[in-house]
Amino acid sequence: MIRGNMVEFRKDIFADERDDNLNEIGKPTRRQDITGHVTGRSPFFDDHLFEGLLHLRCVRSPHHAARIRRIDTSAAQRMPGVMRILTGQDVPVNLNTLLSLLDFGIDDEPILSTERVRYKGEPVAAIIAETEAQARDAVAAVRVEWEVLPHVLDVEEAIKPGAPTVLDIYPGNKFVYHGKYDHQKLRLGDVEAAFREADHVIEGRYQMSPIEQAPIETCGAIAAPEQNGRYVCYTSTQALFFSLGTASKVLATPSSRLHFIGGTVGGGFGGKVDSIHEPLAILGTMLTGRPVKYAWDREEEMQVGAPRGAERWYLKDAVMNDGRILGRKFTGYFDSGAYTRLSSYAIIKGVGHLPGPYTIPNVHADVYCVYTNRTPATAMRGFGITGADFAIEAHMDKVADTIGMNPVELRILNAYRDGDMKAHRRLAKNCALIECCQVVAEKAGVKLSPEMQAASSRVGGGGARAHLPAFTATDEHGRVSGYKATNYARKGAKPPDLPGAPPMAQHVSHQASASAPPAPQHSPATPVPPGPPAPKRAGPIRFSSLSGFRRR
Amino acid sequence: MAIHRGRGFAAINYPIGMNLGGDPSQALVHSNPDGKFTVALSAIDLGQGMKSVCRQIAAETLGVPVEDVYVDTADSDTGPHDMGSFASRGTHRMGNAVIRASAEAREVMLEAAAEELEVDPGDLMTDGKGNIHVRGAPSRTITVMAAAQAAQFRQGRTIAGRGIFLIPLSDVDPDTGEMSPVTTFAHAAMLVTVEVCDETGEVTVTDMQSAYEVGRALNPRLVEQQLRGGAWMGMSHAAWETTEPYYPARDHGPVDFNSYIMPGPGDLAPHHISVLERPAEDGPYGGKGPGEMCANPVLPAVVNAVYDAVGVRIDELPVTPEKVLRGLRALGGAKPRQRL
Repeated sequence: MIRGNMVEFRKDIFADERDDNLNEIGKPTRRQDITGHVTGRSPFFDDHLFEGLLHLRCVRSPHHAARIRRIDTSAAQRMPGVMRILTGQDVPVNLNTLLSLLDFGIDDEPILSTERVRYKGEPVAAIIAETEAQARDAVAAVRVEWEVLPHVLDVEEAIKPGAPTVLDIYPGNKFVYHGKYDHQKLRLGDVEAAFREADHVIEGRYQMSPIEQAPIETCGAIAAPEQNGRYVCYTSTQALFFSLGTASKVLATPSSRLHFIGGTVGGGFGGKVDSIHEPLAILGTMLTGRPVKYAWDREEEMQVGAPRGAERWYLKDAVMNDGRILGRKFTGYFDSGAYTRLSSYAIIKGVGHLPGPYTIPNVHADVYCVYTNRTPATAMRGFGITGADFAIEAHMDKVADTIGMNPVELRILNAYRDGDMKAHRRLAKNCALIECCQVVAEKAGVKLSPEMQAASSRVGGGGARAHLPAFTATDEHGRVSGYKATNYARKGAKPPDLPGAPPMAQHVSHQASASAPPAPQHSPATPVPPGPPAPKRAGPIRFSSLSGFRRR
Repeated sequence: MAIHRGRGFAAINYPIGMNLGGDPSQALVHSNPDGKFTVALSAIDLGQGMKSVCRQIAAETLGVPVEDVYVDTADSDTGPHDMGSFASRGTHRMGNAVIRASAEAREVMLEAAAEELEVDPGDLMTDGKGNIHVRGAPSRTITVMAAAQAAQFRQGRTIAGRGIFLIPLSDVDPDTGEMSPVTTFAHAAMLVTVEVCDETGEVTVTDMQSAYEVGRALNPRLVEQQLRGGAWMGMSHAAWETTEPYYPARDHGPVDFNSYIMPGPGDLAPHHISVLERPAEDGPYGGKGPGEMCANPVLPAVVNAVYDAVGVRIDELPVTPEKVLRGLRALGGAKPRQRL
């Protein structure tokens, strides 16, 4: 067995697909920014400590769920160094969902909550003071009268009838996909037929834990007045224009008045896309006329900053004695926490990834974005994929164990190859799973059969494996009603007026869809008059199509 | 008490770029009169080396030395729009935008040189060392600097280029999930060795052997940095980290690095990495994004190795001594499998 911290480049594999004679590409060139980094001179957002810099800290909920009866800031206002106290009324547009910039999802999250809190740590007011210590002291002096509400923390508890509702716009605690279903579906072939045909049916349940991105530099931003009515904002964001766009929306300020500077970040790992700090730092600057810093301390980074969300996966495989996997069924629950942030989007990414890097003719997945009373989840390294891969690959080990097969050979046997049909109905290309398995087996001394050693991603795929199954079993399970295509958030749009009664169908939805028909195609009362054809879309193509809320 | 050794395997692929596309990146490239190039972006360098990779891609495409290219990024007044550094999209999306911008700038650079040399621009080539010469006649040559000065002061020509890369947005079928999620996938396989103490329940990762397929290693040192660090993170996610140790209860949440435990230098397992390169047809010089995927195979490989060592399945992350001991108790003691 080879051991030690070595790296080798296997130029012999796929050599015929590469031109290795390039000038700069493939060279171990030293990083452009390395000298600044190792000498501690690279400027990060927190190095822009303006004269007269003020510090912002938030008053946070101590409860998982509560109604806010009253926020009394009078004592805090008199504390030394306190310049200004912000509550929700000070935020020009105090409701946002991150993906509204992409026309995806309903605005659901206040910047500073005014009526209700939905997770422990949710901000309800912000103190701006001369020093950070003064801001901390004043935070402790704010008196909030809470009416504690029932809460729910487990994804499967949250979707049971009678569970406390986290967000009124999602009465069943489930995000709505395409205005049509309370989950995202993936269907290829017929898994139930595969289970009937299989030699073994193997089931498993897997739990991915919430994880902190843990950057060395905690998230933050420093804003300051610039010339000519503009504001500069130094930020640790991972997505400059995403944060700029969010600030522009929340502050109802044209993006031309905002000047964002970033680019050098002390670790992101997904935790710096939520654009939490920039809007409040700029708002503080607008209202005080002074530079304002808003950054998390380590405790906030770990418990208030959005982590990788928990995921729960149920897997069920139809397996033959020779190791072929005929069918694979998933039920997945993403714990989005109290608000949507990016979880609804990650699920679509995860569903596109199923059933993993294998060619399986029958695949079925129902994946739910579930709201609970915990810190909202967000992106983290491998977002939408890591948890699914944990479940799939732990399950593959069980499959190998059940049928008594070498776990590496099980992967190679079922691996996707160039030209194979994937579950999301596109052909595979540029595959390399088999070669990775072979290289590891070889150096780790795992004996493979000659057949497995000779296998190739470039051979044996396509042909019959390129065909869609003759029959795919579909269903209307999880149908919802009351959500219209026009209900969903677009830039500047208001949240929808939903029917008073919870419109969500918990399971099969014949009753619910009878009482409130699904989104109408066209109103017969307003026939489209003949004339020049209208442009296909009123605006740029955006992510509205993800949820079926396409512009018309 | 006994220490049991086990080995576990996992293999994964990973989608490169924002799911469903619709995530543009732009780049602007221009030369100063000395023939030194600036690449203006709004991408973020998280420490992964985004600036350096874009610099190499620009130098390769322009045909100039890497020292003559500087990447300036993330000032919204000067850098054109980019979606951001996430979803393993930086190298793939931004790299392609930089290629397009650099190709356009190179075209003008060669036109300027051609005018000075009184030849057709199509007959010119760059040597990557700062010179432009006539194909087949290396003595008929001009430096990039001289061409840039001529463009600026004599010809009135702007050596600059614009680039954008956008994969059109895909629809998703509500009933079947039909979609075009991404165009490029990276791959990995991982075998880890663990030691499990059946008295304390402690799990130690003692060795990692991996193969990562990254399209093309645009900078082999940066690739190694990503793979080594990412695998460490995967090991940490498997056996160490969580913000909610008693999920779904929120009790005992860590608030600092004294209670949020990660492996230190003494806990690092030796990691032998093999890099495979199967260029992606739409990747910049075939490159994919190695950043996210390198952690993913480690998590399942560790739980599979624990099973191999003592016969206990840990289906809930992270693997803690408590879970291992509870599993051992339910099993009536360690039942080593030793399958690999």
